[in-house]
Amino acid sequence: MKRRDILKNIGLGTAGVMVSGETIAQTKPKATPSKEIPEAENGRLRDEIIRDNKLKAEKFFTAHELATVTVLVDIIIPADAKSGSASQAGVPAFIEFIAKDMPYQQTPLRGGLMWLDNESKKQFSKKFVQLSASDRLKIVDLIAYPAKAKPEHSQGVSFFNLMRNLTATGFFSSEIGIKDLGYAGNTPNKWDGVPQEVLNQYNLSYTEWEKHLAK
Amino acid sequence: MLDFQIKEQANVFDVVIVGSGAGGGMAAYQLTKAGAKVCLLEAGGFYDPADPKYITQLKKPWESPRRGAGTTRAFGDFDAAWGGWEIDGEPYTRKNGTEFDWFRSRMLGGRTNHWGRISLRFGPKDFKRKSIDGLGDDWPISYDDIAPYYDEVDKLVGVFGTREGLSNDPDSIFLPPPKPRLHELMLMEANKKTGVLTIPSRMSMLTKPINGRGECFYCGQCSRGCMAYADFSSSSVLVKPAMKTGNLTLINNAMAREVLTDEKGLATGVSYVNKHTLEETTVHGKIVILAASACESARLLLNSKSSKHPNGLANSSGIVGKYLHDSTGASRSAFIPHLTNRTRYNEDGVGGMHVYSPWWLDNSKLDFPRGYHIEYGGGQRMPGYGFGFGMENVNGKYPDRSGNMKEAGGYGAALKDDYRFFYGTDIGMAGRGEAIAREDNYCEIDPKTVDKWGIPVLRFNYNWSDNEIKQAKHMQDTFEEIIHALGGIPNGTKPGADSNYGLAAPGRIIHEVGTVRMGNDPNKSALNKNCQAHDVKNLFVVDGGPFVSQADKNPTWTILALSLRASEFIMNGVKAKDF
Repeated sequence: MKRRDILKNIGLGTAGVMVSGETIAQTKPKATPSKEIPEAENGRLRDEIIRDNKLKAEKFFTAHELATVTVLVDIIIPADAKSGSASQAGVPAFIEFIAKDMPYQQTPLRGGLMWLDNESKKQFSKKFVQLSASDRLKIVDLIAYPAKAKPEHSQGVSFFNLMRNLTATGFFSSEIGIKDLGYAGNTPNKWDGVPQEVLNQYNLSYTEWEKHLAK
Repeated sequence: MLDFQIKEQANVFDVVIVGSGAGGGMAAYQLTKAGAKVCLLEAGGFYDPADPKYITQLKKPWESPRRGAGTTRAFGDFDAAWGGWEIDGEPYTRKNGTEFDWFRSRMLGGRTNHWGRISLRFGPKDFKRKSIDGLGDDWPISYDDIAPYYDEVDKLVGVFGTREGLSNDPDSIFLPPPKPRLHELMLMEANKKTGVLTIPSRMSMLTKPINGRGECFYCGQCSRGCMAYADFSSSSVLVKPAMKTGNLTLINNAMAREVLTDEKGLATGVSYVNKHTLEETTVHGKIVILAASACESARLLLNSKSSKHPNGLANSSGIVGKYLHDSTGASRSAFIPHLTNRTRYNEDGVGGMHVYSPWWLDNSKLDFPRGYHIEYGGGQRMPGYGFGFGMENVNGKYPDRSGNMKEAGGYGAALKDDYRFFYGTDIGMAGRGEAIAREDNYCEIDPKTVDKWGIPVLRFNYNWSDNEIKQAKHMQDTFEEIIHALGGIPNGTKPGADSNYGLAAPGRIIHEVGTVRMGNDPNKSALNKNCQAHDVKNLFVVDGGPFVSQADKNPTWTILALSLRASEFIMNGVKAKDF
């Protein structure tokens, strides 16, 4: 199917307009706090929009914490020949939002950052962001490898695992990250099976499938 | 103080239906098409997946600040279903330390906005299980009774698949199936070794356009609702055409409180709360059909007490709420080493699996009754919240792109490349099986608790038995066999006896049925074989409530067929002036 035809197909729905019959909407009477917020917009319901707006207006990380997060996410996912860094993909703001959206993440994040600064001070008498790039990596090396980390650094390991997870998710679900990964979907198309060269690579074919369908 | 008054709708409808999901939508469609004036009450808001204000389909992950995480919707920001296992102001409780989680979608189309579109007919044995293994009860109908209605559902809704001629997995009238994805071809090969029958899926996406609806455009996002109406949801396929007849009055945000009855004990209508004005309103009908979901319909009946019906409506047997059963569910995932460094291409396909495994074994050789089917997941899926989590459990075990073994975890350019290298290497398997319906698994009215509209809530009591636990154990053994045949490595540790072999808590699979079951004996069932209450001839239940047993299949196709069958019975009854 041509893309044009696919798009024509999508246009079939006449947005919520009832041809006949009666819909008793029972819409919410206008209340002051949500006067300008529609019942639904862009796939979100009024209560969800209100909650998101509230979260976006709040601040969780202090300037110092956010600076530390920014340094850490770029250590985890730096720019390379293929794409930009985690901070360029907006990962610090994503983690800030997640902290507000999922309150159970707040203590591990805040406490983990404190743990990091405390460890940095013990070793180099400075907070993490104030360290040289090579000293930062000396601290990160203590907690970035769960299997070989020392038992006394286990809480730091947990924190770094959390940061690695959130950084990877934030990066690869961003516009930069999706492009980097090469995810090719989320667009109208006509699925006609795995490309032939890929089938060849794995020594697979649709021959049996087609035979099965024909029977 | 609120101006609290009971509002009366002046006219009397031919039929009042509570709930706009699969069962209610089907009844509304059939009855309005036949000319009946129908009032459809829906507890949630209006929804149309083609209206931009509701559309989440084809949105980019970064259009959600939480990247599609499930903070406000159980299955994530982009999922179409509003509601979830927990809804503010709509509690439910549990008894005797047991577990049951109750998923509700408050919106037009109900849980058809959530479901996986797996559209399986029950087979001949599924209606006569007691005769086969002595457990539970037989249905009062047979496969032959329902088969013509399955045919009608196939033609009206659309389902793809292949004719297989299996004895207990009857063929539908199929549209062409989509070709398997790469990992699905691998599964079909691997299962030649394991003997686990693996065949094209049977799902309700339109691989060819029918009935004026659009054709699937393979974005893999049916769970977001389809702007082309190319998959089945009750709102798109049933309620909207019902509206077009001019015979339907749809009332959204109407939370039903009770079914009203007259001095003869017949149903006269439904009383509901307008969720926004909090006004009590009654709507009258000559016939009342409940399709509010198995548990919500049971709740409505139990809350509809009168001097004629002191145990609640349609409950002289005391059976309403009992025999609650959900599908069993257990799952496992695996890493497939030969899928590393994959060539990129779009394999979204339809929203869900292109192949599956219907139950393939003979229970007489096993230590548990009833079977399960296996659903498969995998592929190069769109990243969202959770993508890349747990890399430290993967990248230390397998060589990277250059063939080097690395220390697990890490950071930097090498880690960044690991996410690319390992992308699309996981496959998942989920077993969905049949639990035995038991009288002592039930929902009842909690004597102490009401929801925010003052309606007494449900209290659940539910235990799995050895039958289900042994089935889950068998699932786990099978998953490992399949993974090994694939050349894969199972993720995590194999769930053992301490976790009931990963058996999901009841309610988590969202296939709960059986609470208003049908039967020939009015002392042991609430409904007759036409979904009509034994005690109240103008009252019907057409959701999952009437199921006697649940089969190793997803219930939606059978809900649709039973509702269609009940609608036909009602129309014939109206012609014969039975109501």
